[in-house]
Amino acid sequence: MRGNAEAHQLIAPGSLAGVLELLAAAPGEWTPIAGGTELMVAHAAGRLEAGKLVSLWGIADLRFIETHADSIAIGAGATFRDLRAHAGVAAQLPLLAKAASWIGCIANQSRATLGGNLVNGSPAADSSPALLVYDAEIELISLRGRRRIPYSAFHTGYKCNVMALDELLYAIHLPLRFAHHRQYLRKVGTRRAMAIAKVALAATALLENGLLREIHLGAASLAAFPARLYQTESVLLGQPIDTRTLQLARNTLLAEAKPIDDIRSTAEYRKRVAANLLDEFLLQLRSEGWPR
Amino acid sequence: MSRLPTIRFTVNGKPCAVQVPPMKRLLDVLREDLRLTGSKEGCGEGECGSCSVIVNGELVNSCLLPVLQAEGATIQTVEGLANNGQLHPLQQAFLACGGAQCGICTPGMLMAASHLLEVNPHPSLADIREGLAGNLCRCTGFVRIFESVVPAAAARLTPSSGIQEKEPAAHAR
Repeated sequence: MRGNAEAHQLIAPGSLAGVLELLAAAPGEWTPIAGGTELMVAHAAGRLEAGKLVSLWGIADLRFIETHADSIAIGAGATFRDLRAHAGVAAQLPLLAKAASWIGCIANQSRATLGGNLVNGSPAADSSPALLVYDAEIELISLRGRRRIPYSAFHTGYKCNVMALDELLYAIHLPLRFAHHRQYLRKVGTRRAMAIAKVALAATALLENGLLREIHLGAASLAAFPARLYQTESVLLGQPIDTRTLQLARNTLLAEAKPIDDIRSTAEYRKRVAANLLDEFLLQLRSEGWPR
Repeated sequence: MSRLPTIRFTVNGKPCAVQVPPMKRLLDVLREDLRLTGSKEGCGEGECGSCSVIVNGELVNSCLLPVLQAEGATIQTVEGLANNGQLHPLQQAFLACGGAQCGICTPGMLMAASHLLEVNPHPSLADIREGLAGNLCRCTGFVRIFESVVPAAAARLTPSSGIQEKEPAAHAR
């Protein structure tokens, strides 16, 4: 069934304050829409449930990238084209720049926003693994004030998150403490452009005297939402990258990952590929000896 | 539904005002209200690129744009590529190089290529492939489309050079 434009109200207050007032006055009644690359697809297919939508597009207060001494703050309304064009993101957050480059295609990247990617909450979200391993923080805003939470605690279930009905995702804060970490991101899909991930794995790690002093693993499509692989991280922490560690990490990941069978892939394939990606990262890390 | 808002924008240099539901897709407004039927609907979900237009200098899928979000925008469609009856170098190149067959994807391909040349006047083959990666063609196998962009880029930079008819290329590559 095709969507009916007349069945949906859409307004554009044009300012952050205007949107927040609307959300506060009738919590849960209005659905924010930014670049529309998700909601308009649902609309076209006649399965957009939201009757009232409020546009975030064009609100300058949400579309920014600010570089600070020890962090980069990205407004929820920054598009993936904005991220790709930003020299600071490219230099300091290469995994995020890489993820931005393989979201959809140019026409999607010019509309899709980082905030939209996170609020939509797809288990396969392209930007999520990078944000997880960079220890991103999410800043939420409402008329009641602002609060910050770790991104790793943002998703609570399939397409569920911690946001209250009157809150808007305002910004994503990324600490710049990973310059000396070995960084890894690989997405496995059917095609470079326009393909949603079958599975993706990101990692940041610090090797010191041959031992893993720090390791973050972030995965897409291994659970109901993008998530860190804490158990796998914990068996790696403090260990040398030897045959025993590789086997233990692999087994732990296979037990920790809870992917599903769906139209894009199977749970079995996703697990096996994720374990192979982890192997690839750890073997690269060992062979390069990563001096820093 | 309450009274319809008037939404204003510029299409191919011409100011337009439409009174339509704000969630109406820009693609439908272009085709139905403005009778600009060059932009095509393929998938209707941002996967095929046949509805590609340029909005405020950015390539977008017009099927994913609620028209309210085009308020005040400067929009270019395939109808605006030719200038006073003179085909755009990309259009000439697509003709000369066999870059169009059935034609459904062609308007979107032209707009994506036009955007590419705006932001990157000297694209490599990899740049061309990436710039057109969101545009699907089921006829040409893509190679002739990519090959069309190369002389268009050159002609755009040196308009007098013209575009030569090209011998059919070996198909598999």
